[in-house]
This record gives sequence, structure tokens and C-alpha cells, in this order.
Amino acid sequence: MELTRRRMLAISSGAITMAGLGAFPAFAAVEEEIAEFTGGADMGEGGITLTTPEIAENGNTVPVEFEAPGAVEVALWADGNPTPAVATFKFGKLNPTRSAATRIRLAGTQNVVAVAKMEDGSYQMAKAAIKVTIGGCGG
Amino acid sequence: MASGVKPRVKVPKSAAAGDTITIKTLISHKMESGQRKDDDGNLIPRSIINRFTCEFNGEMVIDVTLEPAISTNPYFQFDALVPEAGEFKFTWYDDDGSVYDTAKKIAVS
Repeated sequence: MELTRRRMLAISSGAITMAGLGAFPAFAAVEEEIAEFTGGADMGEGGITLTTPEIAENGNTVPVEFEAPGAVEVALWADGNPTPAVATFKFGKLNPTRSAATRIRLAGTQNVVAVAKMEDGSYQMAKAAIKVTIGGCGG
Repeated sequence: MASGVKPRVKVPKSAAAGDTITIKTLISHKMESGQRKDDDGNLIPRSIINRFTCEFNGEMVIDVTLEPAISTNPYFQFDALVPEAGEFKFTWYDDDGSVYDTAKKIAVS
């Protein structure tokens, strides 16, 4: 078949759909890991604040900051990374603000999810979308 | 033991009793993720720091589990309450079994 401009468009949009489908299993993995962390409990929102840049030029080092007053444990995930788990923070009594900042790697544009386990046993979630210009997983 | 690992910690020299201070820590480490390939296409094995803890006079302030998604030269910033004069102890645990630690004293004014 002759490769016309119209056909080319059809092929490329097909390719984009495929790429989109490819991203879903990774997110399912994150949901599973979150369910494991919370034990399937319901999650509220608003008890944890996640501060991230909207656009990260370099996926190798993306500054991430969170604050979850009253949390005993906070876990971070990046749903588009080959291994979605990022880090788990446990807080002691000597940490009054229950906040922390670190730098993480992101393979591409994706969501970062933070789940906090509160002192009363409930869970709070926050999510942030980050656009990544250059991915940070080599390969 | 991975070469060139050097912990750096920033803690104020003194604080008022009951004050909250901010601590910044950085340790130079390549944090090889286990995802990258070398020039021949072989996977470079994972080699990261998998745990970081901070204690004040033996009481836990923060305990972090690190995954390969933490950047090269892991950096952490967090707050700590200073009830009395004492010493902050920072410990990093490497995948290869090495343990790096450093301590900072703080005076109460």
C-alpha cells in the first residue's frame, strides 16, 4: 500500500494508543502495592501535602517534598517507573512536623503518589503529576 | 564497600530546648538502580543504599527505606525536636553490607 500522509497519521495514532495501553499495567502494580501498605483500607485526602515541580527537566533528580502532620509512616510511589516503589519514611516522636524532602528518579512523565499512615490508623493520600523532559532510568 | 562514599550532614550547633530544627543530609553514592546496561548490553547489578536512619540520644527521629528510585547522592531534609543537649546519629546501610555513620552534637542554649 502506498504510504500516504493520511495512512501515516493512522499508523502513528495507533502507535500512541498502544503506548498508552502499555502504561496501564504499571499503574495496576502501584495500586496493588498501595493496597498492601494500607491493608485495603479506605484513604482520605487532605491530610498530606505533596510538593513537587510541575515540570522536571531532568528525571534523574526531581525534588519531592511532603508534609503529613500526625503521620507515623509515609510511603511514596511513582507509577511510571520500572519499579514503582520510591521510599518509605517512618517517623519517631522527636519529629514534630512529619515532613521530609528528598530527590527521586522518574523514568518519564507520570504521577507520584504519597500515602500516609496516621497515628489513629487511618490513611491519607496525595497525588501529583510531573512532566519529565528527560527520563532518569538510563537504558 | 563502594568507593568514595562520604556522608555530609548539616545540623545547627545550638538550639533552645524544645525547639524544632531542620536537618539536611547528603551522602555521595552512585545508587546504581539495577536498570541500566553497560556498553556490552549487560545489566549493571543494583547497588544502592537501602536504609537511612537518624537518632537523637538513642531515640528514633526518622527511618527511611530507600528504593532504586532515589537519586544519586541521596539527599534528605527533615525536622527534629531538640528536648535537651545531645547527639544526632546518622546511619546509612549499603546493599553490600557496609554501614556508614556520622554524628553531630548539639548544645542547648
